[in-house]
Amino acid sequence: MASSFLSSGIIQPLPLRSPDKPQPLFDHLKATSTFLGSTSKIRSVSLSKPNLPNPHRRSTVVAVSDVLKEKKTKSAASSSHLLITREEGLELYEDMVLGRAFEDMCAQMYYRGKMFGFVHLYNGQEAVSTGFIKLLKKEDCVVSTYRDHVHALSKGVPARAVMSELFGKATGCCRGQGGSMHMFSKEHNVLGGFAFIGEGIPVATGAAFTSKYKREVLKEDCDEVTLAFFGDGTCNNGQFFECLNMAALWKLPIVFVVENNLWAIGMSHLRATSDPEIWKKGPAFGMPGVHVDGMDVLKVREVAKEAIQRARRGEGPTLVECETYRFRGHSLADPDELRDPAEKAHYAARDPITALKKYIFDNKLASEAELKAIEKKIDEVVEESVEFADASPPPPRSQLLENVFADPKGFGIGPDGSYRCEDPKFTEGTAHV
Amino acid sequence: MAATGTMRRSFGSLAFSISKRAFSTSPSPVDANGLKSMNLFSAINHALQIALESDPRAYVFGEDVSFGGVFRCTTGLADRFGKGRVFNTPLCEQGIVGFGIGLAAMGNRAIAEIQFADYIYPAFDQIVNEAAKFRYRSGNQFNCGGLTIRAPYGAVGHGGHYHSQSPESFFCHVPGIKVVIPRSPKQAKGLLLSCIRDPNPIVFFEPKWLYRLAVEEVPEHDYMLPLSEAEVIRQGTDITLVGWGAQLAVMEQACSDAEKEGISCELIDLRTLLPWDKETVEASVRKTGRLLVSHEAPVTGGFGAEISASMVERCFLRLEAPVARVCGLDTPFPLVFEPFYMPTKNKILDAIKSTVNY
Repeated sequence: MASSFLSSGIIQPLPLRSPDKPQPLFDHLKATSTFLGSTSKIRSVSLSKPNLPNPHRRSTVVAVSDVLKEKKTKSAASSSHLLITREEGLELYEDMVLGRAFEDMCAQMYYRGKMFGFVHLYNGQEAVSTGFIKLLKKEDCVVSTYRDHVHALSKGVPARAVMSELFGKATGCCRGQGGSMHMFSKEHNVLGGFAFIGEGIPVATGAAFTSKYKREVLKEDCDEVTLAFFGDGTCNNGQFFECLNMAALWKLPIVFVVENNLWAIGMSHLRATSDPEIWKKGPAFGMPGVHVDGMDVLKVREVAKEAIQRARRGEGPTLVECETYRFRGHSLADPDELRDPAEKAHYAARDPITALKKYIFDNKLASEAELKAIEKKIDEVVEESVEFADASPPPPRSQLLENVFADPKGFGIGPDGSYRCEDPKFTEGTAHV
Repeated sequence: MAATGTMRRSFGSLAFSISKRAFSTSPSPVDANGLKSMNLFSAINHALQIALESDPRAYVFGEDVSFGGVFRCTTGLADRFGKGRVFNTPLCEQGIVGFGIGLAAMGNRAIAEIQFADYIYPAFDQIVNEAAKFRYRSGNQFNCGGLTIRAPYGAVGHGGHYHSQSPESFFCHVPGIKVVIPRSPKQAKGLLLSCIRDPNPIVFFEPKWLYRLAVEEVPEHDYMLPLSEAEVIRQGTDITLVGWGAQLAVMEQACSDAEKEGISCELIDLRTLLPWDKETVEASVRKTGRLLVSHEAPVTGGFGAEISASMVERCFLRLEAPVARVCGLDTPFPLVFEPFYMPTKNKILDAIKSTVNY
């Protein structure tokens, strides 16, 4: 039997429904398996009932459940099915601790004035980033929002590059141009970093199309997948729906990951959305929609595996709603007064790192000493990244004009016959433009 | 409405500290003249209170407005006027403005808030294609004059690409709407009330840098300031400077510095950018013979170009020097390089001197 971590079956999430619809989330579905936690709702739809009472149980959803069913029968045969090996456990643990330690250090640095601007921290949501991104290859793309530090870190961008970018230094991953909300990495295929909600989703859709094009038209051996991360507030935005449609229409290899932390700055998701169950929007567009407990990295990982495999096989997009929570305010400038302390306490008790640690101990995958060693190592990595960022130079003034156009000389020729952008006065703004 | 609360002035950062969500107007007493010391967001809050009071079919909506908004401009409105009139919308700018146009078309006063002017672009389509053309194409059967869109614009010191933009010039190119930008709390209250009551759709940009930093004695009663009238805020004889919003404070400093060097500057606040008051600016340029325009938006295609072209048309023979534009650079609004990008006092001063000594 799986450990106590998962054996509680479906951890009842906070009610995501509006008060007028009192039916429970999983009423007609007998959740017999604890293996998949809250994804079991999809499982129990059987193939032999063509006239399904529930109009959004369409055939695509059933297709997912087939595979999940198979998996279940295989694993039920083994006596002790652990979801992760020891190495995987340690990798997941390290990644989540890195995310947490890094964000905590960001908060410290912000209050010391080393970084500035609008900084949005990811504390509490690490399970989603780790659960998904650790399953990706280097060539797979990740598109994120302004809460993107940890997505970049999980994807492999070095902590020192991210910290320098936050400090606005020339050694940052975007050379100090973007700051907190714009983490890009060509090497690791992180396509940003979008301050504007919803703007990243069409970009991710385009990236997914490229990979499908390479495979089907150019006949390259390409099974790259794109993950688009975004929040609950974005799910009311037009761009989201446009992209769900396009992705399903063209069967793009993309996974739409909703990090539903129930709050869009000060707007509660329940009060801003007509149907707060975001996963339902997937089947409406012809793709499977899955809801998973985003505070549990192992559950997220299981769902992610299936969704990413689906995309790799060319079966099209998936919408995954991860119920998660941010422990801090929307940004470091947000006093976070609006959220109920009871709600915060509820989720603080479900801290993903603590949960994984317990799983690891209960299943004797590693010892306390090993985990402590990992934590110490991460602390050193984060400290070193701060030192590196501090010691790095700020970008030179000439960088101000670079990269506006492809041709750096794109500002034309000045009155004295030389390129405008080379006139030192141009950067100072006193040149005659 | 109880209006006491402690509020800590923050210098350049947006960290708020309001105890127990108390309303955040400044705690100083009202003086005998009916004036009260207020900052910009309190003045705007006041204007919205008056607007909602005076018209039972006025609504305020936008993202996060019901707890007071990220800049506290809408504090206390939901509690006082109810959730039917002051409500949050989901995150959809295009939807917010389109919905506002519909409300206005049915005779309501819709006061929509766009959280940052940088986010107004999804709504640009609705503003340009619908709001601006509604009266025109329906032959005056319908109009959306009751629509006022408020958005904080401009640099704030650390905003970066998406919290600092000045998109006013995009809107100045659209016949059918008006664009208004106040420079101070007193102006903001009067202009906002005029905008709300004006029978045309208006985009009202509020300089976010001044939300807390600008404090002024503002009359408590209901007053309106005229639209499409520029104001000469400093008299001079050697050169005319034209600007709007937060940039005026910088220009004022430049004017004082120029004064010390013997240059007498006339400073004009345009207040309404579309349709703008050409007569006042023309009269001033005829007096001084020199013109300088300054704005934070990038120089190419900025509104300074329109002012310059119009004045050259009207006063060509009177001009002693080319029209100077001291504006933001032609790059996306930078993060770390903001001090170099901005049209600072020194750049303006240099331009004043070179124009005068042409």
